[in-house]
Amino acid sequence: MSQNRHPLFMPLILLGGLIFGFGLGFSQMARPEVVLNFLQFEDFGLLFVMFGAAIVSGIAFAVMPRISDAAPLTGDRYERRLKPFDRNVLIGGGIFGVGWGLSGICPGAAYASLGVGNVTILWALAGMFVGAYLQGYWRSQSADAGAAVTRAD
Amino acid sequence: MVVDPVPLQLAGELFPNGISRYAVGGLLVGLGAVVIYVGTGIAAGASTFLESTLSYVSDQSRFQQYVASRDWRVVFTLGIILGGLAFAATVQSGVVTTSLYEPGTTGELYEVGGLTLWSTSVQPWRLFVGGVLVGIGTRIGKGCTSGHGVCGVGSASKTSLVGVATFLTVAVVTAQIVAALGVSP
Repeated sequence: MSQNRHPLFMPLILLGGLIFGFGLGFSQMARPEVVLNFLQFEDFGLLFVMFGAAIVSGIAFAVMPRISDAAPLTGDRYERRLKPFDRNVLIGGGIFGVGWGLSGICPGAAYASLGVGNVTILWALAGMFVGAYLQGYWRSQSADAGAAVTRAD
Repeated sequence: MVVDPVPLQLAGELFPNGISRYAVGGLLVGLGAVVIYVGTGIAAGASTFLESTLSYVSDQSRFQQYVASRDWRVVFTLGIILGGLAFAATVQSGVVTTSLYEPGTTGELYEVGGLTLWSTSVQPWRLFVGGVLVGIGTRIGKGCTSGHGVCGVGSASKTSLVGVATFLTVAVVTAQIVAALGVSP
């Protein structure tokens, strides 16, 4: 699907992102303080953001495969692409949890936060790229080392 | 009219800023994911952008698996930023007013060319150190609040439900400890 993309593919991705980001702004989830208030049990409203969003997407995930075989812009089948469970989900989730609890910021909300004018959020975005690079570097090395050992046999 | 004060008081304590802004915002976040899914079949998460974008500048093997999706992920992220800006230019600036929106009093508002913008008071070191951990954790843990929390929970993925339960629990404990240590904001 990379070479012959439908001309509306990118505009649709942009539109989806716009609505997504507007929602993060409107819900105030783009404000780290509001997330921290939620995590400190001072305002439970954020539950409505997470579950409201999951219910809306859940309806589409349940309904679309029944009414259509494939997505119009990619020809991809509507199906659940489930991520396999392993201990990385727990380890990574735990590390993410510490970061989220310390900063009150997660990736999507950080991008939207930049949009609402929060230039200070660039610290968090810089941190996220550093963190993503560190884990990618480490995992690339261990994968390459594993391959090298196999070849040496 | 007699209004039972107990539920109102409870709502006031649990939801001091009301629930409408959260519910409306959440529905829009879900709608954004749905627009992309209906058109493309893609269940979009926001954290993969971090790794896929690194593939432009790093030839580490880990990042190369995202080369095929990196351009649309940049567009998705650009859309999220512009969506935040569109919110700032309308509702946050007071150009559009709605009773569903409760502005809140956190952080600082400032004006640039007629736009009302907002900036956080949370200290940069918290944002940076937290960001590093978010960058490491979301990528090892295969997703973030949108990938696991919205798309994964929406598709009733057991992996995502466990992922959300893990990061939510750890985040609550962390935030409580940080607050107990007197770190503010």
